[in-house]
Amino acid sequence: MTYLAKPRLHHPTLATNKVGYTRRDYEGKISTLCAGCGHDSISAAIIEACWELDIEPHRVAKLSGIGCSSKTPDYFLGASHGFNTVHGRMPSVLTGANLANRDLLYLGVSGDGDSASIGLGQFAHAMRRGVRMAYIVENNGVYGLTKGQFSATADQGSKSKKGLVNSDSPVDLVAMALQLGASYVGRGFSGNKAQLVPLIKGAISHGGAAFIDVISPCVAFNNHPGSTKSYDYVREHNEAVSRIDFISGREEITVDMGPGEVVDVRQHDGTLLRLRSLHPDYNPGDRYAAMAYMQRHQERGEVVTGLLYVDPLATDLHTALNTCDRPLNALGPAELCPGAEALARLNASLR
Amino acid sequence: MAPPEGGKAHGTTGAGVAPIEAVNDFVIKFANVNGSGSASANELFAKAILRMGVPVSPRNIFPSNIQGLPTWYEVRVTEEGHLGRRGGTDMMVAMNPQTWDADLAELEPGGYLFYDSTRPLPPSKFRDDIRVIGMPLTEICNAVYQDPRQRQLFKNIVYVGALAILLGIEPEVVEKLFGEQYKGKEKLLASNVQALHLGCDFARENLEPLGLRVRRADRVGDRIFVDGNSAAALGCVYGGATVAAWYPITPSSSVAEAFQKYCTKFRVDPATGQQRFAIVQAEDELASIGMVVGAGWNGARAFTATSGPGISLMAEFIGLAYFAEIPVTIIDVQRGGPSTGMPTRTQQADILACAYASHGDTKHVLLFPEDPHECFEHAAAALDLADRLQTPVFLMTDLDIGMNQRLCAPFTWDDSKAYDRGKVMSAEELEAGRDFGRYKDVDGDGIPWRTLPGTHPSKGSYFTRGTTRDAYARYSERGPDYIYNMERLLKKFATAATLVPQPVLRPAAGKTELGVIYFGSTSPSMHEALQALEARGIHLDALRLRAFPFPDSVVQFLAQHRQVFVVEQNRDAQMRSLLVNELDIDPARLVRVLHFDGTPITARFIVQAISAHVRKTQAAGAAGTKEAA
Ligand SMILES: Cc1ncc(C[n+]2csc(CCOP(=O)(O)OP(=O)(O)O)c2C)c(N)n1
Ligand code: SF4
Repeated sequence: MTYLAKPRLHHPTLATNKVGYTRRDYEGKISTLCAGCGHDSISAAIIEACWELDIEPHRVAKLSGIGCSSKTPDYFLGASHGFNTVHGRMPSVLTGANLANRDLLYLGVSGDGDSASIGLGQFAHAMRRGVRMAYIVENNGVYGLTKGQFSATADQGSKSKKGLVNSDSPVDLVAMALQLGASYVGRGFSGNKAQLVPLIKGAISHGGAAFIDVISPCVAFNNHPGSTKSYDYVREHNEAVSRIDFISGREEITVDMGPGEVVDVRQHDGTLLRLRSLHPDYNPGDRYAAMAYMQRHQERGEVVTGLLYVDPLATDLHTALNTCDRPLNALGPAELCPGAEALARLNASLR
Repeated sequence: MAPPEGGKAHGTTGAGVAPIEAVNDFVIKFANVNGSGSASANELFAKAILRMGVPVSPRNIFPSNIQGLPTWYEVRVTEEGHLGRRGGTDMMVAMNPQTWDADLAELEPGGYLFYDSTRPLPPSKFRDDIRVIGMPLTEICNAVYQDPRQRQLFKNIVYVGALAILLGIEPEVVEKLFGEQYKGKEKLLASNVQALHLGCDFARENLEPLGLRVRRADRVGDRIFVDGNSAAALGCVYGGATVAAWYPITPSSSVAEAFQKYCTKFRVDPATGQQRFAIVQAEDELASIGMVVGAGWNGARAFTATSGPGISLMAEFIGLAYFAEIPVTIIDVQRGGPSTGMPTRTQQADILACAYASHGDTKHVLLFPEDPHECFEHAAAALDLADRLQTPVFLMTDLDIGMNQRLCAPFTWDDSKAYDRGKVMSAEELEAGRDFGRYKDVDGDGIPWRTLPGTHPSKGSYFTRGTTRDAYARYSERGPDYIYNMERLLKKFATAATLVPQPVLRPAAGKTELGVIYFGSTSPSMHEALQALEARGIHLDALRLRAFPFPDSVVQFLAQHRQVFVVEQNRDAQMRSLLVNELDIDPARLVRVLHFDGTPITARFIVQAISAHVRKTQAAGAAGTKEAA
């Protein structure tokens, strides 16, 4: 739980942004995730980004699938409508919502299980359709909510908390988003707020399908063999007194890295994550170069973070469909119904 | 033109079997090869008869294949206006050697066989109780046309020309239809007219008229001739649907295609060229219903069209829409199941799957249109009902109504009609301090108020989810909160029973203890069967269901009759199960009449099944009396 229950009182001296809101106005319910979960840091980054962008909270629609990550929209932007849909299918629901009202900002939040396993198809098709949204995957390589099974982004050879070895090769959602035509593609780390907030701001402001994969460590399934704080160890040693699952709280992992730096991050399970932040000279305007760059560094065991690709002139599904400027949900019979006279002519043509 | 050598008509009719003689009352069937271009020629034939004021009822019978497999087009010519399938064939236009034997066998004794006699066939290939009309179609076309495609295509028009002469259809009527079809395409018009006359001239010179005749009548009136899928799509246009998401599946694809066509015609802003609609061909049915759910949540009227397998895939989302209370319209054009079953045949076999779609306790609103006219009306009504009830509403059509053109009452629309957007709370209402609890039953009808995303800066936002919540949409797993919601949903369902289209009663001429319940595409066959049964002294009060939940009048009808036949087109008597389950009625009082071979039910079948049952119970009753004595 990152946020303690704080009284919703606004101190008169609290800073407000251009639209008159304080940072607190961008918060939501108290998180019910494990203390130290990377997802909470992402929520905090979303709050920060929306505040800094002077977005009116109620003009955002936040949609998600199912999973710990998908619960997070309840924990930010309390004044906006949220929709926790079904597992893996957030993209289609968001697509429909977006078609109904093009005037809102759409934030899609998902997990790696949600988007790379059950929902891989919907993820892919939302990207290729160019649905205007900021699609954020909170990627922890496991299924959190169902307790530690592999997700499709888990590394080949990695071990689950049950000791199973993952023999499948991982799905790289960033590579897929680049290949499928997303017009804004980035990767972040939940603990690197300085990099994540601008990435999210860019995604929200983007005119087409924006995708950010955010590496987000899971504290609960840090199945580090031998660790006395590991989930398995504690449960084994707890069995006699209680059957309640025990999840040890951890410090949220944070990193501080400047542009172009490479940093080794030790995760809750003891594994090392080597993050490479893009160099300031990196040109994100070339989709194919981005794919090659990312893969080259992946072979060296590095995870590239930053904005990999952006098409600043991107358009969206509404442009492709040539839909009218007014939101479709605001049109009435005068604009939609051809009327009795047209029907009479139609009848005549059917005789 | 003189008949070429192979073209001699056999003209055989077996001794003692008189050729069928009928005016404006016969069944003609065209046996073709899929992909040979016969469909439009056959439709032209049917339409010409219609233009002469004689009702027709055509049916496409086609395989799940694109090219090469057999297809049939059956036209019932019926001055009486019976629009159900009759059964039996009086004349076969046998253009498919592959199905020759079966087509021949299907002819009624004294019937007529029309065939391409370019290649002579031995007498053993014919029956001696039918009349055979040979015409060297291939030879004629090969002589006139050079292009192989033209040779093939115009063969169809040539036989339409010959049939026109044989049956007394006025060639001018066909020419006029060509004129409408090829308006502005003079070359096509001329070549089609030429082919038509080729057929007419040959028939006049070489063939004798038949005992089957079409004679001008005045029995069509102002009715229109249209298929149910187009009609449902038009209903969605008129009903204000702006978002459609779909995935191709027979027999529902043409709903979305027609919606696209009508929207392009009616919903493009002439000034800007912009569209007042959005249609997405989704990657699968999961995505198509997902988009509809998203659009419905966000206040647009949205629908999807699918068939059985699509419903199976959509189940999870349907449950979400039910529980989270999101308006969704689903057009289910039913086909033969289970599984891929008979994808190009008709059934009414998704009733239970739709009524209770998804896991947990769910119940959904179903509408059962009887013909294209009602497909139009009910599609528009479904959009209103979905908004009003904030729940999925299914339009349950089937392949028979969906893909066949049917004669029906013209579409009507009242321009003063406003869309019923249901209980959507506005920013002003929120501002005025109206209490907003997303799942609170304020009006006592089980239907809560909703707000649309983006309505108000600080009031009325809520979190939608498929998990339990309290009346204020706050996550809750407390038993009482769950029960409150589940019982309110039942109350809402009871409200639905008062809002859906009510059943239509057709009382028997006199008082009777027997009733019959039917619905959907069974209608025309049922009406014909009721007449025939009446003639046999079997009187039935008939109730046509138009929706689930069942309104009170269904309960009353059941209470008023000792025995009620339930006629449906599936194996397991699904509607009967629904009646038993929902109304707690004694199953013994509901007699199954089931037709499920994939062909549309016929009046003959209904009459036979009901009269056999009545005879049996009468006999049992008589035996019982004897014993008692
Ligand atoms: C149709 C369906 N199948 C399975 C589940 C169970 N389920 C809930 S969450 C989840 C995995 C979530 O993993 P991920 O998306 O990686 O999110 P995390 O919890 O790790 O943030 C699964 C399999 C479900 N809710 N629905
Ligand atoms: S289980 Fe993992 S993903 Fe879920 S809340 Fe806990 S730390 Fe986060």
